[in-house]
Amino acid sequence: MAILVYIENIAGAFKKSGYEAVSYAKAIGDATGQPVTALSIGKVDAASLENIGRYGVNKVIEVNTEQLHQFVNQAYAAVIAEVAKSIQATTIILSNSFSGKGLAPRIAAKLDAALADGAIILPIIKGDAWEIKKSAFSGKAIATQELTAPVKVIALTPNTIEAVEAPTTVEIETFQPQVAAADLSTVVKDIVQATDKIPLPEANIVVSAGRGLKGPENWGIIEELANVLGAATACSKPVSDAGWRPHEEHVGQTGLAVSPNLYIAIGISGAIQHLAGVSSSKTIVVINNDPEAPFFKVADYGIVGDAFDIVPKLIDAFKAYKNH
Amino acid sequence: MKILVCISNVPDTTSKITFTDNNTAFNTAGIQYIINPYDEIALAKAVELAGNGQGAITVIHVGEASADPTIRKALAIGADNAIRIDARPRDAWFVANQIASYAKTQGFDLILTGRESIDYNGSLVQGYIAELLGIPSISIAKKLDIDGTSATVEREIEGGKEVVQIPLPAVVGTAEGVAEPKIPNMRGIMSARSKPLEVIAAVDVPALSHITHFDTPPPRGNVKLVDKDNVTQLVELLHSEAKVI
Repeated sequence: MAILVYIENIAGAFKKSGYEAVSYAKAIGDATGQPVTALSIGKVDAASLENIGRYGVNKVIEVNTEQLHQFVNQAYAAVIAEVAKSIQATTIILSNSFSGKGLAPRIAAKLDAALADGAIILPIIKGDAWEIKKSAFSGKAIATQELTAPVKVIALTPNTIEAVEAPTTVEIETFQPQVAAADLSTVVKDIVQATDKIPLPEANIVVSAGRGLKGPENWGIIEELANVLGAATACSKPVSDAGWRPHEEHVGQTGLAVSPNLYIAIGISGAIQHLAGVSSSKTIVVINNDPEAPFFKVADYGIVGDAFDIVPKLIDAFKAYKNH
Repeated sequence: MKILVCISNVPDTTSKITFTDNNTAFNTAGIQYIINPYDEIALAKAVELAGNGQGAITVIHVGEASADPTIRKALAIGADNAIRIDARPRDAWFVANQIASYAKTQGFDLILTGRESIDYNGSLVQGYIAELLGIPSISIAKKLDIDGTSATVEREIEGGKEVVQIPLPAVVGTAEGVAEPKIPNMRGIMSARSKPLEVIAAVDVPALSHITHFDTPPPRGNVKLVDKDNVTQLVELLHSEAKVI
């Protein structure tokens, strides 16, 4: 009995959601008395590997085979399953990130495991059956899932569990996996990474705008507000459908579901499909010139007024707050 | 080119979600069902790639006869034939096993699913199918081009995108950007009635987990309004009351 947590990197850097997964695995390990091992696949420097110890896990397995320097979900899933078997792990934790969504079902299928995708709290352990909660119906409900199979895979929703520091020293072990050629048929041609932008799924603060902004040329104030707050930018469906903003910024039922600490909605009326994607945000601020906008009903704070008047004032107010 | 498009039958996006039987089952009363919006993108892409006799499109659905109108709509949009595996779609593992069991003997070049269904939001079916068939997969595709025996796919990653090339056959989960959903025309609707819809019995799949019950998210308190001429107050509230900045 052991726990394996896979910590994902992009271009050699571990992601915030990866540390959240490590911290989550450590909490399950503490609750069940099982050792926790972290697994890194790809080219990650020693200092980063040691950094995993900040979150209480003292054993790291490193797979740094050259053919695995880029993410191939078939091969990565095979390696994770192989390492899990080698340490007799019966619980495998990973982040329910974009890549994690591709990995989790493959790992579960290889290990005949029960899979909880998008867990939002720690499991409630009832002997061999574990209960987890996850978002369902695009945020309109929370489902409780009971995992009954002996081997369990849990994919943790980013931004729902805070990584808790519990510093320890790390022992790093290198592992040479057996990778089948058939698992390496995917070829990564190019990675386009906006390094100056905060990824939307991981952002603590999200500044989102809708049709109330009237046109793509008016997004300067949204980007400036996001910049001042260290926030990611997002938008409503009509805005991405109109091509004012890229699809990856679309938050809602048919876009991305986010759960930041603070979601600021500007000029978005709050259609039920949009609300579904943001309802798990901890605090919601709505700025809209229509006092009857449905978004106010689910907001914690609101300002009724014209975005073009209020947003510049807010930028100044947040700047003043940051500087004092 | 032979394409399989996997279709989920989901509540319309405007549906109010409630539960019955002590919150153990989704309340289907008064719910309008639609093709899962991401699956509509998959279907539209299939029509682009194989429509007008350039290939063959099969749609597959795991579900009961009540989903037949949704399947007929997929035929009206442009699929050539449909398969319904007659079973209650218990979970993603069950559904994927049914689809893989059917697909393994059919020689599809490409299997498309939506990136996720808007009811259980799993994104799992495509990964499971690909693993069961031992073929490559891409979970969230933003762009998809087919070049003979391989596909070039732009997939979403946090804060960017990755361009990958995968050999066919492969499974691709489609998201916005891959194609514009298509509305069926009158000719499509008429011809859909006579296109073949074959009903197949399900295979046995042992359950590994199950949903025990549902909760609705706790309602938020009343909104606290801040005067538009006093935005500094909002900054103070976010700092001292909400503690989010």
